[in-house]
This record gives sequence, structure tokens and C-alpha cells, in this order.
Amino acid sequence: MDASAKTAYLTKEELAPAKPKLLSHPSAKTGLMGWLTTVDHKKIGFLYGFFALIFFLVGGFEALLIRTQLMVPNNDVLTAQQYNTLFTMHGTTMIFLAVMPLSSAFFNFIMPLQIGARDVAFPRLNAFSLWTFVAGAIILNIGWFLPTATHGAPDGGWFGYAPLTSKQFIPKHSIDYWVMGIQLLGVASIAASLNFIVTIINLRAPGMTMMRLPVFVWMTLITSFLIILSFPAITIALVELMMDRNFQTSFFEVSGGGMPILWQHLFWVFGHPEVYILILPAMGIISEILPTFARKPLFGYPIVVFSGACIGFLGFAVWSHHMFTTGLGTVATAAFSLATMAIAVPTGVKIFNWIGTLWGGHIVMRTPMLFALGFVWMFMMGGMSGIMHAAAPADSQQQDSYFVIAHFHYVLIGGSIFALLAGLHYWFPLMFGRKVSEFWGKLSFWVIFVGFNVTFFPMHFLGLNGMPRRTFTYDPNLGWNTANFIATMGSYVLGVGMFIYFAVLTYTFFKGERVKKDYWDGRTLEWSIDNPPPEYNFRVIPTVHARDGWWYEKHHRAEIEKEKSAHAQAEEEHGGIHMPFGSIWPFVTSVGLLVGAVGITYFDSDWSPGIHAKLGVSLVGGGIMFIGIYFWSLEGNEGYHLHLDQDGRPIADEPHAKH
Amino acid sequence: MSSHAATATIDHHHDPTTATGIPNKKLLMWAFLASDCMFFGTLISTHLIYRLHPPAGGLDPKVIFSPELTSFSTFILLMSSLMMALAVTAIQKGNVKSCRWSLLTTIFFGLIFLGCQVYEFNHFVHEKHMTISNSLLGTTFYTLTGTHGCHVAIGVLWLTLMYVRSFKPAAGSTQRTWFSHQLLHAVALLGGLLLVLKVTLGLVHALQIEPAFGAALGHFLKAEFLALAGVLVALGACVWFSRPRGPVDFNVTHAIDVESMGLYWHFVDIVWIVIFTVVYLLEYL
Repeated sequence: MDASAKTAYLTKEELAPAKPKLLSHPSAKTGLMGWLTTVDHKKIGFLYGFFALIFFLVGGFEALLIRTQLMVPNNDVLTAQQYNTLFTMHGTTMIFLAVMPLSSAFFNFIMPLQIGARDVAFPRLNAFSLWTFVAGAIILNIGWFLPTATHGAPDGGWFGYAPLTSKQFIPKHSIDYWVMGIQLLGVASIAASLNFIVTIINLRAPGMTMMRLPVFVWMTLITSFLIILSFPAITIALVELMMDRNFQTSFFEVSGGGMPILWQHLFWVFGHPEVYILILPAMGIISEILPTFARKPLFGYPIVVFSGACIGFLGFAVWSHHMFTTGLGTVATAAFSLATMAIAVPTGVKIFNWIGTLWGGHIVMRTPMLFALGFVWMFMMGGMSGIMHAAAPADSQQQDSYFVIAHFHYVLIGGSIFALLAGLHYWFPLMFGRKVSEFWGKLSFWVIFVGFNVTFFPMHFLGLNGMPRRTFTYDPNLGWNTANFIATMGSYVLGVGMFIYFAVLTYTFFKGERVKKDYWDGRTLEWSIDNPPPEYNFRVIPTVHARDGWWYEKHHRAEIEKEKSAHAQAEEEHGGIHMPFGSIWPFVTSVGLLVGAVGITYFDSDWSPGIHAKLGVSLVGGGIMFIGIYFWSLEGNEGYHLHLDQDGRPIADEPHAKH
Repeated sequence: MSSHAATATIDHHHDPTTATGIPNKKLLMWAFLASDCMFFGTLISTHLIYRLHPPAGGLDPKVIFSPELTSFSTFILLMSSLMMALAVTAIQKGNVKSCRWSLLTTIFFGLIFLGCQVYEFNHFVHEKHMTISNSLLGTTFYTLTGTHGCHVAIGVLWLTLMYVRSFKPAAGSTQRTWFSHQLLHAVALLGGLLLVLKVTLGLVHALQIEPAFGAALGHFLKAEFLALAGVLVALGACVWFSRPRGPVDFNVTHAIDVESMGLYWHFVDIVWIVIFTVVYLLEYL
């Protein structure tokens, strides 16, 4: 697009002589078109992270509003309706728009670098996943900007229990935004996961056997399998809900013979693996950080990998522990109780492996390490309260109380978020070539750590004292006043901590001190490349000789040098480094999905009013999507070849056909 | 990869550019089908759960289903799988012409299946009075078989586009209009196929409302005259677009694309066998 912004080595116009203008490959690398047409896994990862952090701040703001309302009894900062909307959107935003895409950002950016690949297996599909995620996020949040009486943001809880979500109880379109938003996020997650699975299995560098994969890559693989196998359950449940709302079916309608309990089963068949989708990437990040800063290899690598896989399998067998109080019957309750206790075993094994990694190591206390250690401690506390829920009799007391809130915030903030924040600090020097100030990083950790515990620890007691979830206010004579006030003060401290964290990160992004490559003296392949990573990642595809591949390279320099120059020459003889072209069609396809989904959210149980407009918008969206997919397939997957000079700068390129 | 394209023999079971030797596209399709298993698993479970817990006064499926028609469409779908397999074998051997004919037959059989389903839905709604909203059986039946029908329809669309794709001229060709030809060819083929479907259903309808054959034919010709003309125009256009015009960019290297599509098609067939068994046949045990 912008001719001056093109780098010198990208000047191709047309490939085949008969190529129509419409299918010519975009060559912009910068500016808006550069971002919209990018298929570079690092840029896509960056965009995932960028959007995820924005939604993380939105979700955090919603949480602060919730805590402000609960600060004192009989508070009236929020109405009951606003409170419902806020806790629904807080949960949905944090899970689908913050933690999952932030994990996805690391999958995209780091995983190909760790396996020695130049990109993911399907670069354009990757771009499609990103833009469909953005489309889903837009639909989920569109209700904020529309009249609350007929539209409004989703307000049926993140679990959307039937029959609360039926037309009878929520006739307005808020639930339709929730349905279509999560559908699109599901499409995005499944497409991305299919891509990661193929990438990890097929694009490993020579010598990178499965049992040499960094643990983060293993956890990416397991998470991806969980996503492709669990999201279909929620997709179908949402389809059934949509049919109930718009076509008068009776999947969850008692009057028509439907059973609302079916929704709970379908939701939690997805919802419980989803918990592991949120925590397994975090465990992977921690398994990368601890060995680096303990200056030791990971203790019991195969055990860590297999316990991760074990968690993935068992994760599908425990969903009904969310439903102990629904009256499953004694056998089912006992079985799910046992399975839930069993899943604590591989989780506990991992904790011991991390402790074993630290044991006897030369521990270097840098900011990522502080967050990682915080993770191990806080996640363990969340696991402890989790195992209490596994006992069905105890759970029937804790069900829907603040004890549950305390539990899952310990595993989701103390677990997932701490690990993701650790990962941001850990990989920041690699991603942007700058380092975060240790003082400000550590300060943000301590403020977050204190704020988090002050917020959520009192909730254990609130729950055991009987305070129920999802109530917008409470009476002053119930004995909940002090703990609620402390929790709210804690949440403000947590908010300040997050503000410091992100302010420092933003400052560092623009002005931080530049660092050389391999800033932390790492072990895995991503540290073997310059920072920020060049577009082609590796000058020479590495050959992996050991589990900690880069560590081996650092200690066998002569051998590696010889090997690399031979490989570089071989690759040059084969035509140079192959790079994929950018493409606008994944973006067009996602726009089509967005338009079509918006059309569908406007459908009603009463079809007549405005049906032509609604149907028209849906069909136009479908048409755009079809054009996107068709042109995507017609433009072909050719790429171009890159030739590098001594310093790794591209000197020439030529288009070539790839099949 | 381009260097492999020139060589005559390609090992279709091993791709030297990947770590496992499995082509990326094949692995992607297998993983997607694993995911799709869960989609249908959820729908079939929903149907079976409500079969075990039917509401009082619900419809009796045995009164509604017509196993003869469904057995016929099941057989046709299975035969389409055979043709799909032949298409894959043909392109793996570089036989473009045979591949095209097999693809067309697969499309045709898929379309017959869809036509049977449209007829069946229509019949159930109007004759047997089972709608998607008046009974739980209708709710689960139409949603499940309708989702499967959507899968078949997407498969037919994919097959059609692949067939049209096989006429893309080879690189270096001087046919500047190939892109618009591709688009028009796809539109003509899809439009023609939809019209064929409409005309066939119109014929069945005419035979049902007019007992005498002559009267039925007259009714049919009157009602479907425009559609019949459309069929002729569209199919004529297809024949014109498919005339030989020099070397095409469709050969053994595209076998993996046809094979991935075949995996999808076979999977959709297997799902139908499961649906046919647990939704239809189970009722007659």
C-alpha cells in the first residue's frame, strides 16, 4: 500500500503473468494494511496480546465496580440489573477475552520459536483465528452501546444456566450477543488450535523429538487438544439455546418436555476442560521460567509432561462436580468425587517437580521469577480449596458461596494471571529487545501479590459464613461487613498494582533499556535468535541435539558453527529461505462472520418485524465470508525466497510457486 | 516443494518436508474431524437422552419415519463415498479427466441425498405434522439431521469448487480471463445443480398431486418451465466452460487437496451411518 514503507527486498508485483489484480499478494509490511494482511506468527501473537490486555483492563474495571458495590451493606452504586450485567461480563471477558487470548499470544509468538520453525503450519488460518477472535469480542461487547431495555450487554451469568436464558426470562437481545459472541470465539479458538496441533507435530526442527519439546510447547499441544475436543459441546449447546430462543424448539424448555439440567451437563462438559485450557499454558510458562532462574534443568521432565497429559484426559471426566447439588444420584456423585480427587494427583506431582527444580538451584530473584514463585504458592492454595470441593458433602455447603469465588480466583489470578504476567516479563526482552526495570517490576509484583491476597483470602471466610455468589447487596446484620470491606480495599490495591505493572510495561515498550540477545541466559531455542526476532526467525533451521537445545549450542559452539554453515549452504542451494505472502482474505472472511453473526443476533421468536433486513444482513455476511474463503483458496499459497547477507539482512528475494 | 512437482512419482503417504512425514493438510483435516466428532457426539447424545426421557404424549417416531426412503438415500450417500475414493485415486495417478468425472458423480449423489432430505423434511412437516417446535422429537430430529445436511451441503459446495478449480490454467498461460471464468463456472454449476434439485422435487410433487401421469407431466412443465430452462442454460454454460483449453494447474501435486476433501466427505458419511442407526433403525428394534 504505502510504497515508501516497503522494505527494499519486497518489490514483487505480480506472480504468474495471468494473475488477476484482485489476487495479487499484498506486500505492505507496515501501516494498517501491513497489520491487516500479516501472516507472521509474531505479529499475530503481538495483536492477540494487545487485544487481550485491553480486555483484561476492561474486565478488571468491571471487577472493581463489583467490589465497590459490595464494599458496604445495602450499597446502591449499582442496580441489581447492572450488577448482573457486570458479573456476567467480568467472567466472560476474563475467560474468553483476556486469559485465553493472552495464552494464545504466547502460543503464537513463542511456540514456533521454541520448536525451531519459521512460522505456524497454516499462516493465513492463523490470521483468520485472530480476526475472528476480535469479531467475537466485538459482538460480546456490542450491547454496552445499545439501549438496555431491548439490548444491553449479556446478563445471564458466564454459565448462562437454562432456563434463565430463555425468551421468557430474558426476552432482550443481551443473551443473543452472548450466544453469537461465544460461537465466534469458539470458531477462532478451534481454528487456532488445529493450527497449533499441526505445527507442533509437523514443524519441529530436525532432532526436536517429542520428548525434547520444551514443556511450554507440550502444554500448548495439550491445551489445543482440549480446545478442539471441548468447544464443540458448548457450540452445540449454544446452537440449541439459539434454536430455543428463535425457533421455539424445546431443548431446555420444561413446557415442551425439555430438561434444563441438560444445559448444565453440556456447559460443564465444555466448562471443566476450559478450566484446564486456562491453567495448562500457565503451567507451561512456569516450567520454562523456574529452570532458567534456578540455573538447573527442569526436575523430572517426563513426569511433568505426562502429568500434564493426564490432567488433560481426566479434565473430561470431572465436569459433574460443578453439579453435586443438582441431585445426580449417589453413584454418579461418588464417581465424579473420586475423579476430581484423582485429578489433584498429577497437579500435585507438578508442584513437587517445580519444588524439585528449585531445590539446590542458584536461584536468581528477577521479576519473572518472583511472579513464578508467587504462582507456585498461590496456585497451590487454590488447589487446596479445590480439593475441598471434591468431597461432595462439603461441596454442598460451599456451592454458590464466596468460598467458591475465593477458590477459583486463587487458581485463575494466583495461577493463570500470575504465570501470564511472569511470561510477559520473561519474554519481553526477546519480543521487543528491551528490558523492564527490575525495581518497578518487583514493586508491581509485591503490590499485586498483597492486593490479591487481601482481596480474596477473606472471601474464604465470607463463603463459610454463608455469603452467596451473584447477590448484588447484603444486610448489615449478617456478619459479612468487615470481610467485604477488607476485600474491596484489597481489590483497589490489586488495581493499583496492575496499573503499575502495565504502566511500566508500556513505558518499557517505548523507552526501555535495550538488551542483547539471550538476556536471561536461557536454555530453549527462542533465545538463540536476535531480539526482536527477524521476520524469518532462524537464519538456519537449528538441529536439536539435546532437550535444552540452546544450552547445548552454547556449550558446543565449534560443532554447531560447522553444522550451521553447512545447513545454510544447503538451504541456499535449495533456493533460500521460504517465506509466505501476506493475505487480506482471512480478514475479509472474519468480517463476513462478524456481519453475519450481527444479523443473526437480531432474530427474534417473532419473525415478522424487520425479517428482510435481518435476513439480508445475515446473508450479506455469509456472502462476504464465502468470497473471503473462495479468494483465499484461489490466490494460492505461493511464497517467496529470502537470501540473507552475513549480518542476517535480506539481500534479494524471488517469488516461487509452492504447492 | 516446487522441485518435487516436476518429478513424476510422488509418495502420497509421505511428505519429506514435515517432521512426521504426514502432510500438514491431512493432519489438519484429521484433527478437525476429531473435533467434528464431538459436535455430532453432542447432538446425538441430546437426541438419545430425550429418547430415553420422552415427554408425555410425544410423537411416535415409527409412525413418522419412512425407512424405505432413508435406506435409499443412505445407499446413495455410501455410493458417493465410493466415487469420492475413486476421485482421490485418479488424481493420485495424475488422471485429471477421471478425477473430474468421479467428482461430478460424487456431487450428483450428494445432491440426491440432499434432495431426499428436503423431501423428507417437507413430508414430515406437512403430512406427518411433526415440526421443529411442536414436539421434542421434532426439536432433536430436525436439529441433528439438519446439521448433518448442512455438512453434506458444505461438502457438495467444496466438491463443486474443487471441480471448477481443476480447470485453472497452468502458470504461464496467456488466458487472462481464467479468473472470471472460474467464478462464472462455479456460479453456473452451483445454480444448475440447485435448479436440478428444484425441478426434481417439482416432478415428485406433481406426481403426488396428479394421479394421472399425463396430467402430472403437464402440471410439472407448467410449474417448472422457467427452472427447466435455467437448468439447460446453466448446464450448457458448464459444458462450454469445461471445454479443453490447454494445460491446467491441476495434477498429482493437488492430490492432497482432493484427499483432504475426501476425508471430510467420508467422515460425513460415517456420521450418517451412525445417525441412520441410532435415530431411525433403533426405533424398529
